[in-house]
Amino acid sequence: MIGLVVVSHSRRLAEGVAEVAGQMAPSVRIVPSGGDGSGGLGTDYVAVGEAITRADSGSGVVVLFDLGSAKMVADMAAEEAEGSVVVVDAPLVEGAVAAAVRAQGGAGLAEVAAAATGVVSPVSVVDGDAVRAEVELTNSAGLHARPAALVARALDPLDASVVVRFGGESADAKSVLALMGLGAPGGARVEVVASGADAAEAVRRVEELAARRFGD
Amino acid sequence: MACTAEAVAEAVRAVAAVVVEHREELIRLDREIGDGDHGENLARGFTALVSKLDEVPSSPGGVLRLAATTLISTVGGAAGPLFGTAFLRAATSVGDVASVDGAAVAAALRAALDGVVARGKASLGDKTMVDALTPAVAAAESVAAGGGGVAEVLGAAADAAEMGADSTVPMVARKGRASYLGERSAGHLDPGARSTALVLRALAGRAR
Repeated sequence: MIGLVVVSHSRRLAEGVAEVAGQMAPSVRIVPSGGDGSGGLGTDYVAVGEAITRADSGSGVVVLFDLGSAKMVADMAAEEAEGSVVVVDAPLVEGAVAAAVRAQGGAGLAEVAAAATGVVSPVSVVDGDAVRAEVELTNSAGLHARPAALVARALDPLDASVVVRFGGESADAKSVLALMGLGAPGGARVEVVASGADAAEAVRRVEELAARRFGD
Repeated sequence: MACTAEAVAEAVRAVAAVVVEHREELIRLDREIGDGDHGENLARGFTALVSKLDEVPSSPGGVLRLAATTLISTVGGAAGPLFGTAFLRAATSVGDVASVDGAAVAAALRAALDGVVARGKASLGDKTMVDALTPAVAAAESVAAGGGGVAEVLGAAADAAEMGADSTVPMVARKGRASYLGERSAGHLDPGARSTALVLRALAGRAR
């Protein structure tokens, strides 16, 4: 499984991002590396290298960073690392959540990195035999980060193209960032359209999550 | 006239002394347009480097490599990876030879500049150390091409770096923390360009 490293100038920020992302991806190794190593703000090249080693279970590591020099330190540590490491320029919190969810679903290094940067696979054309359902967002916050992550995770292993439609827009339901981008609030009704071998199961899973108020 | 490992180590010690001496100035410059830690970070890194030089590596390249690894892991901020990369590329350029001449120094400076540009993605005019290092390399190459020795090459590089650093004053920063200030970054000397000029001047001062 792909591991993640969160590099921040602040130890607490790195730990917080890892905490948020970890809640949605319990099996993924998410290692925070923040601060200059002596309690101050900054980045520590040696510590980042160690974090990469700890995050790598052999499949590869995606590294996210917060500001300027954190990228340089991450780049250098990645170049020195033993395994496959990709440093991604992504929004730190959303990127970490999206990457963690994809990693949890067993995705490869390129896919996890792409998830972080919000490079969403084009919404596939759904054919006429698609399974459709209208689903009410029964939770109060709608498709915010955590529910979106739950949906993406539930659908990830399925052989199905799934699109969620709201307000005239469509989002790939396996992408946390795309789902969040819809901005569907609590109480809204969204359309779920799935095609492919597991289409029916995909729609069933979304309906089931909605029935459980997305765990809220 | 060529430089041995001991001479390079002596020059690096001189750089450390200059950096420590200018610690407050660099902190002040960085406080104006950055986060104020440049002087502190560099002084810490070079002080750590001096203590490691109690045992001098056997070649000039070895000294530069030790400088690189020490600076990367002790300086922090953007300056750590940038100065570290500069010294690392210079070390690779110099190779395993027992001593370096003017042409080798110019080539090492070119390699250092290329490394800094690749690492920091900055161009001329972005108000960074690249604005000091780029003219320094051009001057060094010109003097080396004319058969200049190590002292002449580094002297020309230091002169050009100082002018390059001064040229950053009116610039609007496009890289690093200062870029967040936008137009307000104009009117200040870039601390990274200043420290780069200081380092080259210190190296030149020791070259024979």
